Amino acid sequence: MVPPAEFTSYYGRPVVKASPWEADIPAYLFSGGLAAGSSLIAAGADLTGRPGLRRAGRLTALGALGFSMVALVHDLGRPARFLNMLRTVKLTSPMSVGTWLLSLYAPFAGTAAMAEMVDMLPGSRLPTPLRLLAATGRPAGLVAGLTAPPVAAYTAVLLSDTATPSWHEAYRELPFVFVGSAAAAAGGMAMLTSPLGEAGPARRMALGGAVAELVMEHRMEQSMGITAEPLHEGRAGRLMKAAKVLTAAGAAGTLLAGRSRAVAVVSGAALLAGSACTRFGVFEAGQASARDPKYTVVPQRERLQRGEPVRYEG
Amino acid sequence: MIGKNSLFGPVDPATDAGYDDPPARKGFFTDTSICIGCKACEVACKEWNEVPDDGFGMLGMSYDNTGSLNADTWRHVAFIEQPKPVGTQDTGMRNPTVDLGMPARGPGEQDVTTGAGEKPDFRWLMSSDVCKHCTHAACLDVCPTGSLFRTEFGTVVVQPDICNGCGYCVPACPYGVIDRRKGEDGTKNVGIAQKCTLCYDRLSDDQRPACAQACPTESIQYGDVDELRERASRRVEQLHEAGIMDARLYGNDPEDGVGGAGAFFLLLDEPEVYGLPPDPVVTTRDLPHMFNRASAAAASLLVGAAVSFLGRRG
Repeated sequence: MVPPAEFTSYYGRPVVKASPWEADIPAYLFSGGLAAGSSLIAAGADLTGRPGLRRAGRLTALGALGFSMVALVHDLGRPARFLNMLRTVKLTSPMSVGTWLLSLYAPFAGTAAMAEMVDMLPGSRLPTPLRLLAATGRPAGLVAGLTAPPVAAYTAVLLSDTATPSWHEAYRELPFVFVGSAAAAAGGMAMLTSPLGEAGPARRMALGGAVAELVMEHRMEQSMGITAEPLHEGRAGRLMKAAKVLTAAGAAGTLLAGRSRAVAVVSGAALLAGSACTRFGVFEAGQASARDPKYTVVPQRERLQRGEPVRYEG
Repeated sequence: MIGKNSLFGPVDPATDAGYDDPPARKGFFTDTSICIGCKACEVACKEWNEVPDDGFGMLGMSYDNTGSLNADTWRHVAFIEQPKPVGTQDTGMRNPTVDLGMPARGPGEQDVTTGAGEKPDFRWLMSSDVCKHCTHAACLDVCPTGSLFRTEFGTVVVQPDICNGCGYCVPACPYGVIDRRKGEDGTKNVGIAQKCTLCYDRLSDDQRPACAQACPTESIQYGDVDELRERASRRVEQLHEAGIMDARLYGNDPEDGVGGAGAFFLLLDEPEVYGLPPDPVVTTRDLPHMFNRASAAAASLLVGAAVSFLGRRG
């Protein structure tokens, strides 16, 4: 049993500040991952002759992207100035990098979805502009699939590139947790929305993503030291526990979901819920770790006591 | 312009930011051993910068009813009452050697010639905290709009007409300084990030920052950072010679985790006693590694998705 850490603080007040973000940001983490994973599924479905799966993937990506944009703009302190995000390309800012990744990915995902919607229109002889749009579906969908993985992964860097203890110390494994979560969510959504006979790849991606997420989440906690504590306490602890249960259950369900629509729906929903709980859980754990001075002071004081302060080594 | 130490390590911030032949770097040396806790610095700062009030509560933190640095407090005076002896610095005042029949201090008779009596060990630490204007400023590094910028004086300033209030700088700061201003619509600069500007508008007119101008004891000293560091070293030596061994400098080392602070301190106890992080590190130091991990995760998502589509139909 590790003894409780002793440390001094200024009247128990926080040292660093928790982000001013609210539900918008963890909701975006979830929907961004869902969009990216769905675009990957749609691209693969297009290349392997699975039109039902392709449709589900492209339309999900559009819906999730739309929600993402609304959430991100709503989160700003001055939403009317959201275009200022495009003033500069700044590689030291994961938020700037992410803005440009989204700006690259979104038009292609949107075009692919619109081409899909043209395909859904009744009638055999559409006007030329619409037929041209339909023809852009495959190339746009493929580019979206290629630009999607960075969109799924950068959000982990966004959280980790802060002084929030539980986010920063998680930086080695969090990208893998988030892409696993994105794959699980997208696979789960595809299981819900596409024909059983075409959803095999979605089930496999969901299973792989869920397993990767659970394994890397466990490794992440091992490497975080005392900052892993907020992942087990309070609201964050409950969310993370729910995430693990739902994700594991959903993953198990994928093994039977090829035979039963009902199992596919339940297991898809569980995977979606599990992915959302992971994002909200990690977010809440970070916020809690910033509010309690312990998680900032103790690791720093311990390394000073070991004679290992962080210093430039030339 | 971009050099080996652009993210971490000793560097001159203005030159690194691209200024040709900038003026000498300006900053603060706050000598807390002579702070009298008058809070003139807080008042002067608020008046000069039109900073709104942030509540009139009684916090029960000795004389500190301000609480912390935030969007509406850019100078914050901390008070810590400790059951420790005052240092043995000789103030040059002597007790009278003649008994004038005056009432004695404390219970019971006292030996007036030596002043010995039942006085408990007590000292009162007072310190005026401020934005550190770090050499490697995490707030500046993560700002996606380019609102936060490095001035020619080496200070870090928010451009209030550009900031869209994304709030990313808030969790990035290792000292918990900057925050996003909350308030009613119409409040000056509501919704955007606010912090000490080192009175950039005054520096441009060869004036001292408002807090330094107002400080009656010159606890807050403004000047060229190089010269201030030398002065601070001499002051610490002086205090050590007088027997105050607790005195130490904080933020003066260019090889520390933020490359040294433009605004550094002489403290009389551990940093965490004042609410300061013991061994702060700019989060950007780990950013290259973070992007590597995220790239690996993105690649694994792409490969995982592709693998999901291999094999038999289903």
